[in-house]
Amino acid sequence: MQGNATAWKRAIRSLPLVVAGLMTLAGCISVEAPDKPIVIELNINIRQEVIYRLAEDAGNTIEENADIF
Amino acid sequence: MESVVKGSGMNRDLVRKMALAAAGFALAAGGLAGAAHAQRDPAYDAARESGKVGEKMDGYLGIVGASTPELQRMVNDINIKRRAVYAQKAQTANATLEEYALTAGCIAIARTAPGEKYQAPDGSWQTRTSAPPQRDSRCPA
Repeated sequence: MQGNATAWKRAIRSLPLVVAGLMTLAGCISVEAPDKPIVIELNINIRQEVIYRLAEDAGNTIEENADIF
Repeated sequence: MESVVKGSGMNRDLVRKMALAAAGFALAAGGLAGAAHAQRDPAYDAARESGKVGEKMDGYLGIVGASTPELQRMVNDINIKRRAVYAQKAQTANATLEEYALTAGCIAIARTAPGEKYQAPDGSWQTRTSAPPQRDSRCPA
């Protein structure tokens, strides 16, 4: 009987810890607003080697169409 | 009889020479027309110089400050023409339209004259100085 009471006291005492643990878990799935502005980088999938391959051709195109560049 | 044959031979030679000369003139005229066509419209040149329009990272022209219907029309017109050129050249180069346009943007920004506007990688408009422009890290040197 006395041991049972001690167990209860222990359980009650640990309750804040359990609550704190639950709050931490809840914090894990919360979405926080980013502190930095979101920069949307366009064409992120375009690789540098593709740009290097096209560079000479694009340069000639600009010269050939000087009226619109 | 013989003289007639000779005469017709001379005529043929003359016709050939004239045809060659005409072709030469046509080529020269075409070249002149091409050179005239390759120049910027004065309104476009003025808008660039005054910083009303600038080169964007994506290979198209952008309006920097306040837009007017006239300015918007001019920018749209140029961008539609650019897009058509990019599409055609991209197909020949076996690349996508976006890839080709982005590459052209890199080069167009690199070729801006001091005082002209261009878009920096963070999206802001910058005024070109004599220093190299701020460009996407993927842009070729």
